[in-house]
Order: sequence, then structure tokens, then C-alpha cells
Amino acid sequence: MVATEEQILRILDNVSDPEIPALSIADMGILRGVKITGGQVVVTVTPTYSGCPAMYDIRKSIVQELKDNGVEGVKIITILSPAWTTDWMTDEAKRKLKESGIAPPTKTTEFSLDNIINQKDFVPCPFCDSENTELRAKFSATACKALYYCNACEQPFEQFKCH
Amino acid sequence: MTYTDELIEAIGEYLLRLADDRMILSHRLAELCGHGPILEEDIALTNISLDLLGQAKLYYEKVAEMSEGEVTADDWVYFRDEREYWNVLLVEQDNEDFAHTIVKQLFFDVFEMLLYGEMVNSKDNDLKAIAEKSIKETKYHLRHSHEWMLKLGGGTEESNRRLHDAVELLWMYTGELFYTDEVDEILVAAGIAPDTSKFRDEYYNTLNKILVESELDKMDPDAWMQSGGREGLHTEFMGHILATMQYLPRSMPDEKW
Repeated sequence: MVATEEQILRILDNVSDPEIPALSIADMGILRGVKITGGQVVVTVTPTYSGCPAMYDIRKSIVQELKDNGVEGVKIITILSPAWTTDWMTDEAKRKLKESGIAPPTKTTEFSLDNIINQKDFVPCPFCDSENTELRAKFSATACKALYYCNACEQPFEQFKCH
Repeated sequence: MTYTDELIEAIGEYLLRLADDRMILSHRLAELCGHGPILEEDIALTNISLDLLGQAKLYYEKVAEMSEGEVTADDWVYFRDEREYWNVLLVEQDNEDFAHTIVKQLFFDVFEMLLYGEMVNSKDNDLKAIAEKSIKETKYHLRHSHEWMLKLGGGTEESNRRLHDAVELLWMYTGELFYTDEVDEILVAAGIAPDTSKFRDEYYNTLNKILVESELDKMDPDAWMQSGGREGLHTEFMGHILATMQYLPRSMPDEKW
């Protein structure tokens, strides 16, 4: 089967992030592009975190999903630059995150040593939208999330870290 | 830019230094898996370990790529002896207690933040890309270690004393972070590696600011400093780290799991 780049992208909509199954790799901004050159499909991806253990699975799922749809001999390229940022996540992705009980990331801030030291996050609860929340742990079940607690509805919840 | 043989050799050395620092610190943090003081910290420290492992892998893979397939990233990690490891002594120091773990991490995080802040302007595209990627992670690590400095320093008499002891013990290993030799000189001149002397003052000012905030005394940047790691001369801890880390692949080479 000779597919077009649009068709490949549509097939890849079925590949989700194994750590956040509600989101596809396109929603996440992990999938950076598809090119067909000389009949070969080249898929470009970028990691969320340098040591993200999901990248191996994601590469495998891309190859498998395309193979299931009759596309073989796929080449996957991993790029680091420009570095992945949560700003690339679509509004749709952020909505899906909130729906699955994960507070979406807010805008990322500029880098400076003073900024890091004084930076405070403001994270509304994904369940009741209350602003009365507190950070319980900077690191949570995966590299990309932090653990918060909502004082209003008394629920713990995860936040997708701004990155 | 054109890469002369001299430049390529210097980049290879430089990449291994960056990689070894992160690899050994990552291993130290991984030792805390299942031994963190509280569950949240167990997860935090191993998450930081994972980020550093990921960064180390990027550097090792670039050296492996430069060797045109002669050596792999795993060869560098598992089949080199103590005298062939170039990490700074700071990262191999024992975890001792939670205060030591945090102080060691803080000393490294502040340096890494400044280093990557400059390396994002490197003329080498791969180094630039790795720096752009890693600085975001470092920023988060620093927020974590800084927060714990404040908590431990302003906590109980006991937590403040332990933090104080850790700073006293580990301070002499900070000087080596600014070690430079001809490798650095060649790469700084070529605009590939940052000139660390440019941010030495900022490094120590930031640390002293954090120490004061943490209800500790300021430390002297010009105090006597211990070095040796960059020349392969390590402290007693290094052999033990390698024995644990390399045991499996050395007893079963080429085994996949």
C-alpha cells in the first residue's frame, strides 16, 4: 500500500502515550512530522524528558500500528531540538488531560536563577476547579507529573508539569 | 564549522566527562530506590536519577557515534575501570543521609544550571540541543533541592546540624566543577564548550545565598578544594560504585535482558 503523509498521520492518531493513554503522541507534541522519501516512511519524534522510558514503547507502537495498516519499512528519527515543551500540547490535549483527572500544564516561564528560586505554581483542581490546592510532591508516578492535593474537594490529583 | 582531528579528540574527552558526572550521580540516586526517607522522596530522587541517566546516555551515544561503531554507550559505562572514569569527586560521594544527598544534589544542580545556560549557545549543534533539552530538567531538580535546603535548614536542631555537617564535608568537592585543562581550552576557543570561569562567582554567590536562607553559615569559595576525578584519581567510594554497577554485564558479557 502506498500511503500519503496525511494518511500516515491519521493512522498515527491511534498511537497513544503509554503513560497517559487518553492522549495520542500527536496531542502530546511528541510526533514532530512524517515524510515519505523514495517510498520510505520517515517518522520524526522527540522525547518529553531525556530519560523518558516510554520512548522505547512509543517507537515500537509506531512501527506496529503502521505495519497493521500495511505500511512497512518505517524509519524513526529522534530529534532533541527544538526541545519539547508543554506549550506544544494542543488545547484539545489539555481538555482531555483535565477530563482524565490530570491538571493540565500552564504556560512555561523564562529561565533565570532568581526565577527558579521564587517560582510558585498556581494549579486549579481538575475535579472541582478550586484554586485552594497545594503541592504534595514535585515528582509523581511519571517524570512528567507532580502530585497535588485539593483542599476544597479533598482529592489528591496529578498535574502535568510545565516543561 | 569544520572539525579538525584535534577538535574531535577534545570533544570526545569532553563528552565523556559530562556523561560520567551524570552517570555516577544517577547511580548514586538510584541506590535510594526503596530507601528514600518517605515515599514521595523515593520517587523524586529516582525521577532525578532517570533524567540524569537520560542525559548521560545522550552524551555516551554521541561519543559512540563519533567512534563509528567501534564502542557502544554500554562499553563506556560497563567496561571501563576506575582510572578511566572522569567524573568529578562530588558525584561519587556517599549518600550518607538525606541531608548529604540533598546538599550534593544542590551543589551539582546549581552548577549544571549555569553550565547549560551557557551551553545552549554552543556552536556544536548536538551539544546545543542536549543543553536546551536538559536545562528544563535541571531547573526542576534545583527547585527540588533548594526547597529541601530550606526545610532541613529551618527544621529542627537535628536537621539543621545534619545539613551543616553535609555542607562542611562536601564543600571541598565544589572546586573541581571548575577544573579546566587543554580539552576545555580548545573547546572554549572554538565556541563549543562554555568557559566555566565566567560563572564561578555567580555559582558561589548563589550557593551562599541559599546557605544563608537555609539558616547556615556562608562558606569560602577560596577554601582548599579536593580534586582528582578529572584525572581518574577517585575517592574510596568509586570502586564500590563500579563493582555494583558493572557486576552483571562483566559476569555475563553480551547478555540481553
